[in-house]
Amino acid sequence: MPDIITSDGQIKADDWTVVPRPEEGEVLTLPEGRVLIPADMWLANRAQYPNKETVGVWLESHDEPGMLADAVDELSIIAVNFPKFTDGRGYSSARLLRERFGYEGELRAIGDVLLDQLQFMKRCGFDSYALRADKDIELAAHCLNFFSQAYQAATDTEEPLFRRRAL
Amino acid sequence: MYVYDEYDRQILAERVAQFRHQTARALAGDLAEEEFLPLRLQNGLYVQRLAPMLRICVPYGMLRSEQLRRLAKVSRDYDKGYAHFTTRQNVQLNWPALEDVPDILAELAEVEMHANQTSGNCIRNTTTDQFAGAQSDEIVDPRPYCEIIRQWSTYHPEFAFLPRKFKVAVNASEHTDRAAVQVHDIGLETVRNDAGDLGFKVYVGGGLGRTPMVGPVIREYLPELDLLTYLEAILRVYNRYGRRDNKYKARIKILVKALTPEGFADKVEDEWSHIKDSPSRLTHEAIARIQAYFTEPGYAALEDNPEALVQARAESKAFDKWVTRNVDAHKKPGYAIVTLTMKKTGTPPGDVSDRQLEQIADVADRYSFGEARVTHQQNAVLADVRQDELYDLWQAIKPMGFATANLNTLTDIICCPGGDYCALANAKSIPIAESIQRKFDNLDYVYDLGNIDLNISGCMNACGHHHVGHIGVLGVDKKGEEFYQISLGGSAQRDAAIGKLLGPSFASEHMPEVIEKIINVYVENRTEEEAFLDTYRRIGIVPFKERVYA
Ligand code: HEM
Ligand code: SF4
Repeated sequence: MPDIITSDGQIKADDWTVVPRPEEGEVLTLPEGRVLIPADMWLANRAQYPNKETVGVWLESHDEPGMLADAVDELSIIAVNFPKFTDGRGYSSARLLRERFGYEGELRAIGDVLLDQLQFMKRCGFDSYALRADKDIELAAHCLNFFSQAYQAATDTEEPLFRRRAL
Repeated sequence: MYVYDEYDRQILAERVAQFRHQTARALAGDLAEEEFLPLRLQNGLYVQRLAPMLRICVPYGMLRSEQLRRLAKVSRDYDKGYAHFTTRQNVQLNWPALEDVPDILAELAEVEMHANQTSGNCIRNTTTDQFAGAQSDEIVDPRPYCEIIRQWSTYHPEFAFLPRKFKVAVNASEHTDRAAVQVHDIGLETVRNDAGDLGFKVYVGGGLGRTPMVGPVIREYLPELDLLTYLEAILRVYNRYGRRDNKYKARIKILVKALTPEGFADKVEDEWSHIKDSPSRLTHEAIARIQAYFTEPGYAALEDNPEALVQARAESKAFDKWVTRNVDAHKKPGYAIVTLTMKKTGTPPGDVSDRQLEQIADVADRYSFGEARVTHQQNAVLADVRQDELYDLWQAIKPMGFATANLNTLTDIICCPGGDYCALANAKSIPIAESIQRKFDNLDYVYDLGNIDLNISGCMNACGHHHVGHIGVLGVDKKGEEFYQISLGGSAQRDAAIGKLLGPSFASEHMPEVIEKIINVYVENRTEEEAFLDTYRRIGIVPFKERVYA
């Protein structure tokens, strides 16, 4: 089981399995243990997955996070996929989930998650990261904290610097 | 001018340390080429034809003399002793070594400079009018707003991986637009509403490159306090819905066109409605705090047209011409705005040596409160010169090569680095500029022709702004040979327009005479006092076509 790292720098064994979207015509089959399934498939059969400790969802980078707007309390984990680290849509998805839809559970970055993007992900509301397997997780804590200050408000900083400076 | 506080200094120091770490990992092979690429681009490092190029940010074009001296030092110590002023008010080094870049950035940080977000698919340097704060025709000084945008956009966590690069320009001048706001991803133009409150007219989706477009207005009036939340809404809509499947269709202009300007504006308004009252809404105090950095320098109480100036103009025809061409009116009596032209025939437009950078610093210290500006026409500006010192200044800059009195004329050419430097080029552009300058070497004739923007790009990426030149020249590749297409009637001004293609392209050796024919058509058809662009608009493209392809 691969490790994940959390925003506060803890490296933990992870027991969530990301279940890919089934091919056209195939049905979703769930492996043993805790699973993350495509968010729209979870929504379509919500009653089937009552236990939020064993079933969570993941969003593709082009998915509308708004689909989960009235379901955020029923989930303990939402993952956002970065199919390619240069695809920046997931940053907006994360902020919307946190700031617009009030999601308070675990928000995880999955997919092409590299070291130098962690700081941005953290600022946008992610709190756990499934670092790509070939990256050195020991460096992650350092990379999460390159900056001690930020100019803008984001999920992690309510007040932009221009308001903090005024104090 | 803006001066860093503890926060700015700390953030920049952390950025330099971060890039050092990233470069070390890249050199050690721990970061794949494509993983390092966006990181180095966002630190200004681009790899071009012969070597890396480092694009150093000059926020909205403003430089202090100590910064000019540091640029000189860096170009001497780490490069070949010259630098290049770009069409986006930045400065480029053409030959730095990759492993030296963290050291260069550390040296620049000592004078509050950096190369942040000067390349890559992120929010780039915000540009503005090079006469900002010094001209009389100005609703407000645009630079504090540019600085506010700079801070907001610096390492913005949500917008570091946009579909494509993103450029914002601000104009605050009532009658002119030296910032070309309508050909930017976002153009902001200051306006006052009926109550006299300051706001912005917002253009979105202009741009040059492959699909040149003049940006439509998506909001007629945005109150100034809403600036950042509204920008954030635009960027969020773009980040989420801009095309990512095709790099040539990824600019925001394509999205605006696909959704229609109205449809795009609706999406932005909807997004904005959720965040407009968030803590990111500006405050009057925050704006005032930044404005306090841009207060007037210690101007003396003077009169316009002092005796010394009148006399010097009467005595020297060359000086008089230079004043007429390269000196602009200032808002303060007795002061003037001087453009140092970098367009001496035989020097690539925008190129400056380390020594010249120091000379600019010296004259800035001596004559203009220690500040200079870079223009998007690749010249430099001293914005606060006493009229009674113009003659001394002119004497000082003549030997430096900055007094060619051709500002805004046919030979004040905007020209990209082209095939001599750039890996994307279809053709060279610098030698074309030079051959045209040589053809039109009679300054009196050039003056008589009046204002003409001639812009040259070496490929359709349009770094040389050819689409918005009154005369635009574009390098094309025809079976491995370099050819040049000409377009006419472009403008980057308030009446912004994309030029119209004249017809089939020409070989380089024919370019000077083709330009000459175009100019002759103008001269034969113009009415008294009519500028090139107006004649073109009145008579249309046909007479030019007929002459050139006769
Ligand atoms: C030397 C290597 C350079 C390369 C490889 C390069 C590459 C590019 C590319 C690919 C684009 C088009 C991007 C797009 O349309 O999305 C572009 C646009 C642009 N470049 Fe460069 N460039 C170089 C140097 C310069 C220089 C020296 C200048 C200034 C003189 C410059 C100014 C611009 C400007 C103003 C645009 C914007 C056109 C627009 O609005 O789309 N570039 N460049
Ligand atoms: S216009 Fe083309 S040739 Fe000129 S610098 Fe830009 S990319 Fe290079």
